[in-house]
Amino acid sequence: MQKKLILDSDLLDITLSRLCQQLIENHLDFSNSILLGLQPRGIFLAELIQQKLEKSLKKKIQLGFLDATFHRDDFRRRELPVKANETKIPFIIEGKNVILIDDVLFTGRTVRAALDAMIAFGRPAKVELLVLIDRKFNRDLPIAPNYVGKSVNTIASQRVQVEWQAQGNKQNKIWLIN
Amino acid sequence: MSQLSQRHLLGIKDITKKDIELIFETADNFKDVINRPIKKVPSLRDVTIANVFFENSTRTRLSFELAQKRLSADIVNFSASTSSVKKGETLLDTVNNILAMKVDMIVMRHASPGAPHYLAKHIKANIVNAGDGTHEHPTQALLDAYSIREKLGSVEGKKVAIIGDILHSRVALSNIFALQKLGAKVMVCGPPTLLPKYIANLGVQIEYDVEKALQWCDVANVLRIQLERQQIKYFPSLREYSLYYGINKKMLDNLKKPIVVMHPGPINRGVELSSDAADSDHAIILEQVENGVAIRMAVMYLLAEKVN
Repeated sequence: MQKKLILDSDLLDITLSRLCQQLIENHLDFSNSILLGLQPRGIFLAELIQQKLEKSLKKKIQLGFLDATFHRDDFRRRELPVKANETKIPFIIEGKNVILIDDVLFTGRTVRAALDAMIAFGRPAKVELLVLIDRKFNRDLPIAPNYVGKSVNTIASQRVQVEWQAQGNKQNKIWLIN
Repeated sequence: MSQLSQRHLLGIKDITKKDIELIFETADNFKDVINRPIKKVPSLRDVTIANVFFENSTRTRLSFELAQKRLSADIVNFSASTSSVKKGETLLDTVNNILAMKVDMIVMRHASPGAPHYLAKHIKANIVNAGDGTHEHPTQALLDAYSIREKLGSVEGKKVAIIGDILHSRVALSNIFALQKLGAKVMVCGPPTLLPKYIANLGVQIEYDVEKALQWCDVANVLRIQLERQQIKYFPSLREYSLYYGINKKMLDNLKKPIVVMHPGPINRGVELSSDAADSDHAIILEQVENGVAIRMAVMYLLAEKVN
């Protein structure tokens, strides 16, 4: 098993800062915008982005967690069912600008399910997608991210492994595994 | 990634503690779903479920039906009173005819203990037992234990008294299995005539005095007197039963610590539970009903099999 480091802790920090600047450029003071992290691993990225945004804007940014398990299109097609996680959206998304956040964009099927799951909570004015790693040329659906941390060329058999400090790892690191 | 150890839910006896915990965790998520403005998820949209009820039911049937609708399953309902069973068709023939119409899952209630187990041996579809005679009622036991977990934080170490007609109750047996698997201590309480002879072999305590049972327990699960199953007289009159085994608000208020009162429904107000007790803060009877939908969604979601 070969492991290649795509992003180390320092580079990740710079990348996150850039993503936050891009978000601020489009959403200004975030008065009508909210962050929505996708379970299970997008929530760690979403929390980091929330912290950074709150620091530079000096105000509270709303963050929710969305679980799309029950909306997945591969239920009953996998060997084992996927375990669901908590959905926590303690605000109204009707008419808001929603920024969906996930760590890795691969086939796009999770994002499709997430869009489906999100609609159950209301009709947002606009939805954007932010991902840390965009695995190019692997999309099954016509889904494209608005904000990308890093684009990588991968083949389907490879895997992107994301290690978050919040999950008990020493440092935030992103690996590409063959 | 997670899966039940069984492909049917026939009884609590057949499933493991891990299965029960998985069902509870999944039910947590579904409880969240049914409290949203849009209470529906598309998980089972390509699954067809038949509700086959050979015995009357309001709550369980409605609860199953709502659970199925909220999972987007297609449903057919069947009740024995309006069907060809009256013309002499056998159980297996009836169910095989339903399955021939491409049904994936059967939810069945039957007056004969073991009917779903018999069916499970002969047909391919997943079976959920919605009550078989006086034997088991697994989803009721799951929702009862789930409601205790929700109210008291956990089931482990809690003392639960099951009070009333234990002899004719499928809820009692399933509850005993479920609570013991989750580490609770169980007591049964009722008139000697309504306690099964060898119930102590299940490892439960026996008590004939309802006041003592209430003093002992953290949770009292009060059962209905099932007159429809009683072919002979087990006690002189309902009034006398109510006098010795009925629970009222005063009894609950006089206890040293507050206890939780549960009832699987339908309540006979004034018999096993007085109106003021059933409507008091102690009772979580309506929470049980709400949790029933979430538990049944979890069970059917976890039983849905891989598409071939």
